Amino acid sequence: MTEWMGITAMKFSRGGYLIGEGFRSIGKHGFMSFASVTIIMACLIIMGSVSLLSVNIDALIKDLEDQNEVVAFVNEELTDDEAVALEEKITAVDNVESAEFVSRELAMDNFFDNYDSYVMEGIDSTVFRHRYVIHLTDIALMSQTTEDLMSVDGVAKVRAHIEYADIFVTIRNVVSIVSLVLIVILVFVSVFIMSNTIKLATFNRREEIAIMKMVGANNGFIRLPFIVEGLTLGLIGGCLAFIAEWGVYELLTGKIISTVAGSFIRVVPFSNVAVPVLICYLGTGILVGVFGGVNAIRNYLKV
Amino acid sequence: MVRMNNVTKVYDSSGTVALDGVDLSIDEGEFVFLVGPSGSGKTTIMKLITGEIHANSGDITVNDFDMMKIKRRKLPKMRRTLGVIFQDYRLIENMTVYDNVAFAMRVVGASNKEISKRVPYVLELVGLEGREKRLPNELSGGEQQRVAIARALVNSPRMIVADEPTGNLDPVRSLELMLLFEKINEMGTTILVVTHEKELVNAFSKRVVTIDGGHVISDGMDGYYSYEI
Repeated sequence: MTEWMGITAMKFSRGGYLIGEGFRSIGKHGFMSFASVTIIMACLIIMGSVSLLSVNIDALIKDLEDQNEVVAFVNEELTDDEAVALEEKITAVDNVESAEFVSRELAMDNFFDNYDSYVMEGIDSTVFRHRYVIHLTDIALMSQTTEDLMSVDGVAKVRAHIEYADIFVTIRNVVSIVSLVLIVILVFVSVFIMSNTIKLATFNRREEIAIMKMVGANNGFIRLPFIVEGLTLGLIGGCLAFIAEWGVYELLTGKIISTVAGSFIRVVPFSNVAVPVLICYLGTGILVGVFGGVNAIRNYLKV
Repeated sequence: MVRMNNVTKVYDSSGTVALDGVDLSIDEGEFVFLVGPSGSGKTTIMKLITGEIHANSGDITVNDFDMMKIKRRKLPKMRRTLGVIFQDYRLIENMTVYDNVAFAMRVVGASNKEISKRVPYVLELVGLEGREKRLPNELSGGEQQRVAIARALVNSPRMIVADEPTGNLDPVRSLELMLLFEKINEMGTTILVVTHEKELVNAFSKRVVTIDGGHVISDGMDGYYSYEI
C-alpha cells in the first residue's frame, strides 16, 4: 500500500511538473506561441466566415422556398362542411408541412384586393372554389406531392410552380456543394498552415528533445508538455477567433440591415449560431493544436 | 558493462564500413580511454552503446540490455543506466544549472523531495555550488561541462560515456575534468572517455583502446597511448 502510494505520488508529481512545463513553455517561446495563436485564429475566422455565409444563403433560399406555395382546389360538388373536412386527408399526404383552408369568399376578397373591383363587378363568390394553400416540407419533391394531392378524393385541381421549385432546388444544391468544397479546401489549407507554423515553433526545440531522449526520457514524457501547450494555444486561438467572428458578423449584418437590402434579406442572428460556432472553433483549435504539436515533434522522437 | 562481439556497422546512405568485426569488452568499474583518428569508428561505437544506431551484425550488450534485440520503447530504460556527456555540453539553454540537472531526475520519475536532496549534492561534487541559478550561457566552457557531468551523474548511472569531453576546454580545465572523472570512477562508476588528446591520456595510467579503420588495433592496460595521431 505504502509503495503504491509512493508510486502514485511520484506520478502526480511528474504529471504536475510536465503540465506546468507545457504552460511555462508558452511563455518561454512567446513569439512562436503568438504566431501559432494568430494563425489558428486567422484560419478559423476564414473558415467560419465562409460557413456563416453559407448558412445565411441557405436561410435566404429557405425563405424563398416557403413563399412557393401549392394550391389545391376543392371539387365544386362538395358541400362547405365536406370541403373543410378535406383538410385531414390533405395534411396526411407525404411531404405536406401545412395546409390552410381558404373559403371561396375569402378567395374572392383576396382576388379583389389584387385587382380593381369595378372590373369584376357583378361577380359573386360562387365563381371561386374553396381551396387549400399548402406548404411543403421539401420542395424538391413538389412534383410527386402534386400527383399525390391530385389523387385525394375531393381535390379537383392542383396548381404548383414546379419549374420555380426546380430552380430553387438547383440553387440550393449548388450553394451547398460550393460551400462544402470551399470549407473542405479551407480546412485542408488551414490545417497545413497551422501544422507548419507549429512545426516551425518546435523546430528550435529539436535539440532540447534530443537531450531529453539522451537522458532516458520516454516519448510520453516528451509529448505531454507539447500536448498541454498545443491544447492551450488551440483553446486561446479558438476563443479569440470566436470573439472576433462575433464582432465582425455583428458589424457586417448591422450594415446590411441598415441598407435597402435589409428590407428583403433576412439575416440569421449570431445568437442562433453562436453555440455551434463556439463548439466548432474550440474543437478545431484544440484538435489542430494538439495534433499539430504531436505531429511536429514526431520525427524528433525517432532517436 | 559493455560486451561487443564481432560487431559490424555499415552506413546505408554512404555504404561506409564504420566498424568491421570489432570486439570490445568493458567491465564494471573500469576506466577506459577510446582513442583513434577522425573517422576511425569511435563515434560509431559511442552511438551503438547509447542506442542511437543499430549494428548490422554481431552481438552488443550494454548494462545487461541486448542492443541487437532491444525494442524502441525499452531504449529510455537502457539509457537511464548510462550518463552521456558530449563535447558541446548539450545543455538546455533556457534552464538554470539546477533545472538542467534536476530535469534528468524528473525523467526517471523522482519526487521533488528526492530532487531537492540529490541535485545540490551532485553540484557540490562537481564543484558548482553557488552556480545553481545561472543559465548555461552565463558559465565558462569548463563549468558548462561540469553541469553536463552533474546531469550524467545525478541518477547514479552504472556507466558514464563521454564523447570528446575536453574538446572545447583549455589544458588546465581538461586535466581538472579528467581528475573529476577519476574521482567518479573511484566511487564505482564505469567510465568510457572518447578523446584525441594524447597528453591527457598519457597523464593517466588507464586502459587505452585504440581504433582505426573500423578495427581495434591495440588494447592496453598500462595507459600507453599506442596510436600516433
